[in-house]
Amino acid sequence: MNSEILGVILTFIITLVIAFPLGKYISKVFQGERVITDFLNPVERFIYRICGIDPHKEMNWKQHMAALLSINFVWLIYAFFVLLFQSHLPLNPDGNPDMTPDLAFNTAISFLVNCNLQHYSGESGVTYFSQLFVIMFLQFVSAATGVAAVAVLFRAFAEKTTEKLGNFFVFFTKTITRILLPLSIIMAIILAFNGTPASFDGKDSIVTLQGDSVQVSRGPAAGMIAIKHLGTNGGGWYGANSAHPLENPNYFTNMVEIIAQVIIPMALIFAFGFFIRRRKLGYVIFGVMTVGMLTLMIPTLISETAGNPVLGHMGLKDISAMEGKEVRFGVAASAYWQVMTTIISTGSINSMHDSSMPISGAMQLLGMMTNCFYGGKGVGLLNYFIFLIIAVFISGLMVGRTPEFMGRKVEAREMKIAAIIALFHPFLVLVGTAISAYFAAHHPQMAWSVQPSSWFNNPSNHGFSEMLYEYTSSSANNGSGFEGLADNNIFWNITTGIVMILGRFIPIIGPVAIAGILAKKKYIPESAGTLQTDTATFGIMTYAVIMIIAALAFFPALTLGPIAEYFQSY
Amino acid sequence: MKKYIWPSIKLTLFMVLVLAVLYPALIAAVSKTAPGQGKGKTVTVNNKVVGYENVGQNFTEDKYFNGRPSAVNYNAAGSGGSNKGLSNPDYQKAVQERIDTFLVHNPGIKKEDIPAELVTASGSGLDPDLSPAAALIQVKRIAAVRRLSETRLMALVSDHIKRPLLGVAGPAKVNVLKLNIALDALK
Repeated sequence: MNSEILGVILTFIITLVIAFPLGKYISKVFQGERVITDFLNPVERFIYRICGIDPHKEMNWKQHMAALLSINFVWLIYAFFVLLFQSHLPLNPDGNPDMTPDLAFNTAISFLVNCNLQHYSGESGVTYFSQLFVIMFLQFVSAATGVAAVAVLFRAFAEKTTEKLGNFFVFFTKTITRILLPLSIIMAIILAFNGTPASFDGKDSIVTLQGDSVQVSRGPAAGMIAIKHLGTNGGGWYGANSAHPLENPNYFTNMVEIIAQVIIPMALIFAFGFFIRRRKLGYVIFGVMTVGMLTLMIPTLISETAGNPVLGHMGLKDISAMEGKEVRFGVAASAYWQVMTTIISTGSINSMHDSSMPISGAMQLLGMMTNCFYGGKGVGLLNYFIFLIIAVFISGLMVGRTPEFMGRKVEAREMKIAAIIALFHPFLVLVGTAISAYFAAHHPQMAWSVQPSSWFNNPSNHGFSEMLYEYTSSSANNGSGFEGLADNNIFWNITTGIVMILGRFIPIIGPVAIAGILAKKKYIPESAGTLQTDTATFGIMTYAVIMIIAALAFFPALTLGPIAEYFQSY
Repeated sequence: MKKYIWPSIKLTLFMVLVLAVLYPALIAAVSKTAPGQGKGKTVTVNNKVVGYENVGQNFTEDKYFNGRPSAVNYNAAGSGGSNKGLSNPDYQKAVQERIDTFLVHNPGIKKEDIPAELVTASGSGLDPDLSPAAALIQVKRIAAVRRLSETRLMALVSDHIKRPLLGVAGPAKVNVLKLNIALDALK
């Protein structure tokens, strides 16, 4: 076995080894049990006091959502105005300009919703102030928002019948003080010692060995690169994201970054099992998600390591798919990253997805279309919960039993919510793609600043994939892109902005509402007639539901994009 | 909603202070003890900074080991890849031209032996490395231009190969800037 494949296997094993104990720790943090970070108790009490928060006041699911939306609204307004006037604010050594209103709209939403779609380039589109006070700040708080939302789900199923589901501000604060900030500090220091800049110095000008004058962008990047992965955000300091040699200097940092983005989503699954005292359910969910991950990972690894057929047609013997990839990571670690970053909604990249092989492109899209294999910070488990409820309902119908989950009857109201949420993601993606494809096909010469005919970096089916990818990434709150698309203009900034904000809050409110409604219901003790949800059979059922909903809804679009390209190229 | 707005604003202000001021200040302070003092690791020749260890440079002259094609021409004021898909006719033309150019500059090398990475653009446009094979294939040309023996150059490349992490994980690589500095130092 070669060192590249061994590298990715090792990476996955280390991820698991860290995620499991981390899951135990997260469960204890939300239970309020004793943990090693308890020295932070006075700090948290101080925060609650000065912010006027009563940590003992428990909320029902509606109050949770009201608090969540209120604080997100504050951040949106704050972020939008900072970006709009960034050139007038301090910390701008490179003299970068203000954002246009449509770009500020897109960027503020993008980071607020943990998506991190970037229609600007880090080196020239933002100031150090915006990077730290808007972008990095939102990377922390949007991740904590997701975790606080999933903590409601934990509470809903931990007790028999309850309306009291904890306090949003407490979940939020503890996620930052106990999980995200300590891990970020450790990771940022690791990065800084491997060559990632962390000082506030601006661009450097140098004369190269060969005598060219070039500039090198720098800045306090290490801290942001840590949270961009730990928070499954993905927005890079530099334009090339984690393909940039300062953002991701070597194979070791590459392992650190790809491990960092997966550990918390994975840990949350274990934490769920521990928290509700049903470890087996946690393991079954983890198993289904891992099988889902492998369903996408194996074809990607095969198609990327098999190489680029076009190079073979030109007569080369070495046909490694190195377009858009870096030598220090190699093909296998790039393929591994492509899948992980799309299934867990990080959207950071260490290779250019636009230049990956057609089958890999299809797998990246499928990763975002299913959007629940491990999934983003908190929201991955919430998305999975929707599919789980649908699987409960369908299984119930198949065997002729009342659908029940964790001792609560699943009835019409919950099912309606689940069905709407499950269909909402395909709706946003396909309607968006259809509208953009309509303009590209029928109005290519529209008198816009960027005409639809100039949107694409690649013609034909691949151009269609660029549009499909952009909306899939927006709706899944992923943030990666087929970056060839000319996306910094009013059409793309506004439409993807709307898709991102809907694709964030509706799929958070829906599952939390279902959990809240179920938690209030009368608890029915398990009997011989109860549908078992922590078995392998039910796991397979859930997997099938995910694949049928995602594959059937999106298959026609995939056929027009990467699948057609595959048949043309091989 | 209204009763949550005030706590939200206060919590936001506090978190901005912790996350956007204290946290980056702490990391910047700690990084002062790191190689490069948190400003990026530079490489110097005769006390003059000639580049950053991790940031690739444009080497086009035949007397140097050439790096990979770059979509941003190795100007690290920006970064990025070509974002071309393999089915794109423009892309196929560009690769064909790179193959032809390579053959002109490297007489005696057969087309089928050209490593793929030398005719494909990197992800960042700033890739600082080459695989050992991509460095070795340029030895013949450089030996001819510099009038050095091929065995000496091959030994030089071998000395600069960085093995996979712990010997097991990831690819082997050669830092092009460091290799070229060592090349200039050869007598």
